[in-house]
Amino acid sequence: MISVDGMSAELEAGAAEAEKRLEAAADLDEVRAIDAEALGKRSALTAAKKQLGRLDPGDRKAAGMAINAIRTRLEAAVAAANERIAVGARAAQYDAERLDLSERLSEIRRGSLHLTTQARDRLEDVFVGMGFTIAEGPEVETAWYNFEALNIPEWHPARGSFDTIFVDLGEPEEVMLRSHTSPVQIRTMENTEPPIYIVAPGRTFRTDTADAIHLPAFNQIEGLVIDRGIGLGDLAGTIDEFVRAFFGGDVKTRLRPSYFPFTEPSAEFDISRPDGSWLELGGCGVVHPNVLVNCGIDPEEWQGFAFGFGIDRLAAMRYQLDDIRELVNSDVRFLRQF
Amino acid sequence: MKVTLSWLREFAPGIDGDPVELGEVLSSLGLAVEEMDVVGEMVDGVVLAKVLDLRPHPDADKIQLVDVDRGDGQALQVCCGAFNMQVGDLIPFATVGTVMPNGMEIAQRELRGQTSNGMCCSGAEIAMGDDHDGILILNDRVVEGAVLGMPIGEALGMEADILWDLEVNANRPDAMSVAGVARDLAAALGVPFSFPDYPITTTREDVDDLIDVTIEDPTLCGRFVATVLRGISVGTSPAWMQSRLSQLGMRPINSVVDISNYVMLELGQPNHTFDLATIPNGRLNVRRAHDGETLVTLDDVERSLVPNDGVITNEGDEVISLAGVMGGATTEISDSTTDVLLEMAWWDPPSISRTVKRLNLPSEASTRFRRGADWGDNIDRAMRRFIQLAAESGVTAVEGFIDVAGETPDRGALPVRTAKVNSLLGTTLRPDEMAGHLASIGFGAELDRGDLLVTVPTWRWDTVTETDVAEEVGRMFGYANIERTVPKGTVAGGLSDYQKDRRLVRDVLVGVGCDETLPMPFLAPGDLVRAGLPENGITLSNPLHAEESVLRTSLLPGQLKAIAYNQSHRAAGVRFFEIDHVFLPAPDGQLLPDEREYLAVALAGSEATAAVEVLDVLDRALALPNVQLKPASPAGLHPTRSAEIVIAGRTRGHVGEVDPTVLEAYGVEGRVAWLELDLGAVLEGPHGNRKYTPVSKFPSSDIDLAFVAEDSVAASAIEGSLRKGGNPLLVDLELFDVYRGQGVEEGSRSLAYRLRFQAADRTLTDAEVAAARESCINQVAKKTGAVLRA
Repeated sequence: MISVDGMSAELEAGAAEAEKRLEAAADLDEVRAIDAEALGKRSALTAAKKQLGRLDPGDRKAAGMAINAIRTRLEAAVAAANERIAVGARAAQYDAERLDLSERLSEIRRGSLHLTTQARDRLEDVFVGMGFTIAEGPEVETAWYNFEALNIPEWHPARGSFDTIFVDLGEPEEVMLRSHTSPVQIRTMENTEPPIYIVAPGRTFRTDTADAIHLPAFNQIEGLVIDRGIGLGDLAGTIDEFVRAFFGGDVKTRLRPSYFPFTEPSAEFDISRPDGSWLELGGCGVVHPNVLVNCGIDPEEWQGFAFGFGIDRLAAMRYQLDDIRELVNSDVRFLRQF
Repeated sequence: MKVTLSWLREFAPGIDGDPVELGEVLSSLGLAVEEMDVVGEMVDGVVLAKVLDLRPHPDADKIQLVDVDRGDGQALQVCCGAFNMQVGDLIPFATVGTVMPNGMEIAQRELRGQTSNGMCCSGAEIAMGDDHDGILILNDRVVEGAVLGMPIGEALGMEADILWDLEVNANRPDAMSVAGVARDLAAALGVPFSFPDYPITTTREDVDDLIDVTIEDPTLCGRFVATVLRGISVGTSPAWMQSRLSQLGMRPINSVVDISNYVMLELGQPNHTFDLATIPNGRLNVRRAHDGETLVTLDDVERSLVPNDGVITNEGDEVISLAGVMGGATTEISDSTTDVLLEMAWWDPPSISRTVKRLNLPSEASTRFRRGADWGDNIDRAMRRFIQLAAESGVTAVEGFIDVAGETPDRGALPVRTAKVNSLLGTTLRPDEMAGHLASIGFGAELDRGDLLVTVPTWRWDTVTETDVAEEVGRMFGYANIERTVPKGTVAGGLSDYQKDRRLVRDVLVGVGCDETLPMPFLAPGDLVRAGLPENGITLSNPLHAEESVLRTSLLPGQLKAIAYNQSHRAAGVRFFEIDHVFLPAPDGQLLPDEREYLAVALAGSEATAAVEVLDVLDRALALPNVQLKPASPAGLHPTRSAEIVIAGRTRGHVGEVDPTVLEAYGVEGRVAWLELDLGAVLEGPHGNRKYTPVSKFPSSDIDLAFVAEDSVAASAIEGSLRKGGNPLLVDLELFDVYRGQGVEEGSRSLAYRLRFQAADRTLTDAEVAAARESCINQVAKKTGAVLRA
């Protein structure tokens, strides 16, 4: 006859021993071995469970409960040991894999958009927001598009002021590098029925020697609106709105009378500096009726305005460039700053 | 155009106030102030002195000792480095304690043992001109009553004055004179403006007995007014006149030339003087030149004339003057001249412009004629002013003017619709308000049933149309007073697809680590040839520099220069891209070049395949249709490492590496991977079509296949065969290894691919995968001859 008390004490001692060994176990294999030994088919616990039937029925229930309690305890101890070892192993891995994130031999480098492109994109975006589309045209132009259609006849004193670069095509002075973006106005009006709301960014040319503030090839943006009843007030208001959107709300604008053969009335427009002085930004005016007629648009039905200014200069102003030639030097030390 | 306050006030005494505010008013009238200055203000402490003695410095060669009298009758010793003085000369003298404009204080000093008690001044030192070298000699420039020791400004009759340098636009002929600026400014300030009387006395001789003028070509000359002045002696003009001329930027020359310039600056009327003795019988004729005629002009240059040129001829039909542009040498005033024929005319602006441009002979006079001088009373006024000023030096004019008329640009009354003016300006001005603004600057404006009948004054040749008049109304109303509105039109703004895609291309290239460059579009002669390209760039007619005289036909030379430049600054591995125009020769029958927008990518230090990878990324970004690399040897590129890019069957560019010969010519080290695309054609062509294929929910099977292929067989050909053989189950294909060496025959290489097979509707059986594998191997063998590696 087996003594219940005797069996319990034996199992208890075995379990305590197993618990002690589990706490000390160094790896998962050892846990697995202890697990098999203490809880497996050949364990004392399993054997004890098999002998329950031979107990006095009165003792059977208490003995069964005791065995289950020990089993539950041991199972928990195994799980705890596994957990302890897994956490330890992960910690060891973390420790072993420590990496200095500043130690890099290669990099994924993003390139840079050219400063002029960035300025041009920003300008385009502002004007798109104001309901304009973007028009483009060739850089090599005929005298018709660069001058004549713009109301600058061959004898006109203003022609000289453009310092035009001519190319060896056609008759002398018949083909040239456009001296302003205004030819795009003409091309647009020739091909589009009003109303017209465009801006035309692009490269223009003058016979200037490159220096800190001049380039023989530079970029301008030109705006043209042709609609019913458009006048100087609309021009002033549009420039105001653009300047607010581009430079910020505090910047004021003013128009001063000026002269361009292709607009009348004509004006220069200035923007205010923080110190209250004025900076001349560009030229503008109400489209001259001769220009409309040259493009087959009836000046009695349609009126419009045009304005233009330099893009490179805006880019240069924004970053306070001291030498505008950097824009064309392709020096990577410059390009990567933006 | 420069003007001074004192001169303006001779026409409108009411012009007064803060010079900065007056400058703002001028700018608001369209006469932009480029510079404002205080002039005629002399340095305190500089006085008129006389040279009493000159002697060498005993111990120095480069300075001499000068004794001056500065008003106290005493000889004061000064050491001086200039040697242009004579005993008795009057000079400006800076006394001890004077602070010079450059900040230097004059002190008593010892120079090699000799005391210096002040400084003899050059023109530049006291801000009277730019002569630094000699002492300013004032013998004939001081005013009557000047005494030694007098402050120099007083001695020269100079008073402090305000000078404005104005930018006068081509449509403002009226503002090319002091009087014209005064008229505008007086109108804006609301103060009276008038011309002084210029009373003259004349001899009893009748001008008609002395000279005779005919206008043969009335389209050239609108009016020719002339008279004769007797008793001319060429001397110096009075100090006050010299001073005003200098202030306005004209160098005083002699009494006759100075009066001529003074009248032109004051009243805007250019004029010319002939030595009467050189004109037989005083006969002049105005006509256009004949082919082959020549004239030796005042500057002693012989000019060949063409039929547009306006000329004045003598009795013998010989050309003696280039009308409105420059006089002739034979009739020029000289020291022996006693009688002068004074001419003031109105010349046709386009004719003068053409001659000035052709001969490149701009002048103050021709600038005024080109813009359109005043053909009205101002000519008579200027004649009288000239005669009046000349009378001060004893010259007398004969009785009357010759006044011959050609075609003047009188245009009659101009109807102006007030509604149109308001519409152009964005204003709501009443007709009488408009008339008032116009009248303030001398326009006649009559109310006519709500509209205006406008008479344009003779000093506004530029003003011809209703719009011209609208501008004047706007100018006098003030642009600042116009209400600012925005157009009410409703048009949707936006970028075109092309513009959006171009931005996408830029962003993609920036994403793969390329920096955008925008070099100048000009090349030097030979740049194209050095880049292995044909020398067919369009040339410039008037380049400033030979290195900027050819338009590029490719972005290659510019990029190679950029790479070489960066390599010279120790930046070796630059990755650049550029999107910009190239200029191909004009197609037959067309005037303009074939201008295209190209994209170039240049990867310094990379092999050709790096450029192909960039092309692949672009392909994915734009969804280009069927991009093929066709083996080729494009000009300028490495003949065995380059290909043509064919998109949807059309060649659109090149990819590969730059030819080492070309790199050497540009001084570029290492390899340069290169991609150049006709971006315009690509973006205008079909692209961006993407189709959805459902993602399979069934497992896939991967197999590896390695082929031994001869070097002449392109990997892309093997890939093409694999895709064809594996169709439709092959869903993915990747080249993961290329091997040359032991076990692979010389001249061949092993290419290892991983293939993934998958069906949309089922799990593939082993037999299906095996069959697909077999089909792939067979297709490769059949099309390329490559065999499965054992």
